[in-house]
Amino acid sequence: MAGSARTIPPPPVNPETKPFWDAAAQGRLLIKRCTACDEPHWYPRAICPFCGSERTEWMEASGHGTIYSYSVFRRAPIPYAIAYVTLAEGPTMMTNIVDCDLDAIRIGQAVRVAFKPTDGGPPVPMFAPA
Amino acid sequence: MTIKGKAYIAGIFEHPTRKADDKSLAQLHAEAAAGALGDAGLTRADVDGYFCAGDAPGLGGLSMADYMGLKVRHIDTTESGGSSYVIHVAHAAEAIVTGKCNVALITLAGRPRAEGMATGTAPRSYGPAAPDVAFEFPFGPTVVNQYAMAAMRHMHQYGTTSAQLAWIKVAASQHAQHNPHALLREVVTVEEVVSSPIIADPLHRLDCCVITDGGGAIVVTKPEVAKSLKRPLVRVLGAGEAVKHQMGGKVDLTYTGAVWSGPAAFAEAGVTPSDVKYVSIYDSFTITVLITLEDLGFCPKGQGGKLVADGNLISGVGRLPFNTDGGGLCNNHPGNRGGLTKVVEAVRQLRGEAHPKVQVRNCDVALAHGTGGSLATRHGSATLIMGRE
Repeated sequence: MAGSARTIPPPPVNPETKPFWDAAAQGRLLIKRCTACDEPHWYPRAICPFCGSERTEWMEASGHGTIYSYSVFRRAPIPYAIAYVTLAEGPTMMTNIVDCDLDAIRIGQAVRVAFKPTDGGPPVPMFAPA
Repeated sequence: MTIKGKAYIAGIFEHPTRKADDKSLAQLHAEAAAGALGDAGLTRADVDGYFCAGDAPGLGGLSMADYMGLKVRHIDTTESGGSSYVIHVAHAAEAIVTGKCNVALITLAGRPRAEGMATGTAPRSYGPAAPDVAFEFPFGPTVVNQYAMAAMRHMHQYGTTSAQLAWIKVAASQHAQHNPHALLREVVTVEEVVSSPIIADPLHRLDCCVITDGGGAIVVTKPEVAKSLKRPLVRVLGAGEAVKHQMGGKVDLTYTGAVWSGPAAFAEAGVTPSDVKYVSIYDSFTITVLITLEDLGFCPKGQGGKLVADGNLISGVGRLPFNTDGGGLCNNHPGNRGGLTKVVEAVRQLRGEAHPKVQVRNCDVALAHGTGGSLATRHGSATLIMGRE
């Protein structure tokens, strides 16, 4: 399918984010939530970007979201859609929209997470029409 | 404490090259420095403060001070991408006000064309330790498709059109035809912009700035020094800087850090947008200009499309002349960093030294704004307001 044929570079994994990538390998999308201010955030950090607390914990996201914005990169050898998806839990994350007709993508469209393999690293969370 | 009226821009230089196969990066910095010092009527020996950003080779300020033989008592290598040099002018003014230096030199140079860099179309990584890289780089963020997402959202939310964005390029091209150094001197139409190939929806090829080698330099001095020279006097009136990012996932691509840097600069200068006769607005892409003008208060939020349309940005035609050198869209974007040339053209306008075809009459207050990084992820915003004395 268009958008999934290109080689995806592997995400660098570090001690702070290893649980995220371990879960990704199992097809689970984790986000971080702060137990001090109760805010979920993205991208995941050990220290809450809203209140500065170290009391952050991993939680599993539903994997459902809507497209906030997107752009189909026509100039690329294999065109692909970069996007920001707003998760049902609140945070908005950068991703790709895949497994669909790139010309049919719309802002506000409902999407669902689809982990895609990378070149030698853990899979990364992309999204497909729900 | 304020910098208002306490520092002057005494020297400016824009390197005439647009492709520097035969020069080194350090050499371009030094040539730019010599040009700005010569413009001011000063020498290297007068410089006691030096400013540069991430484009400087080696250990940045240390390597360049070494190469140029500078003896300085103040150094500042603030890095905020293409907006760095607008911030440097403000920081130079602050250093002058506090007595840390009397003559500040700011340099920029780059040679992305000579090096064959895929500037806007290849994902750029700032290394595996960047905290964001794992959550962005796999998705292929390039400069173009990131700014394109900001444009797409603005269109969705406010009804902005490709034709309105095209007017920004049209205005830049109208100005560039008079600039003998401009990379693109051909006047283009709205039709030509919107029918140029799509690079990343909804941005066309002609919505994107040029890629050029070259550089430039600025000399900022204390008032006593400026008044001893033979150049028209251009004062720093006010400045503001800000960083905008993804805000922990509360992403909003419809505004920039100019919503913070702009009001700070206007407040310090004691002027309002209606007092500004000329604006240099960072124009990496047409959308950058439109959103920035809204955020600086030149029109209500969401009305940028109407503001820029119908030639309103063309000098001698519209209400708000902008980027009269042709800007990054047509003239020059040295080292992929356009902030310095924004200040340079604003100073030319205040001096009355812009090309006669684009010179704004009675140009007594001008604004330069830089945007560095990406609208879609994280960027620095810097606003500088200057006045003719």
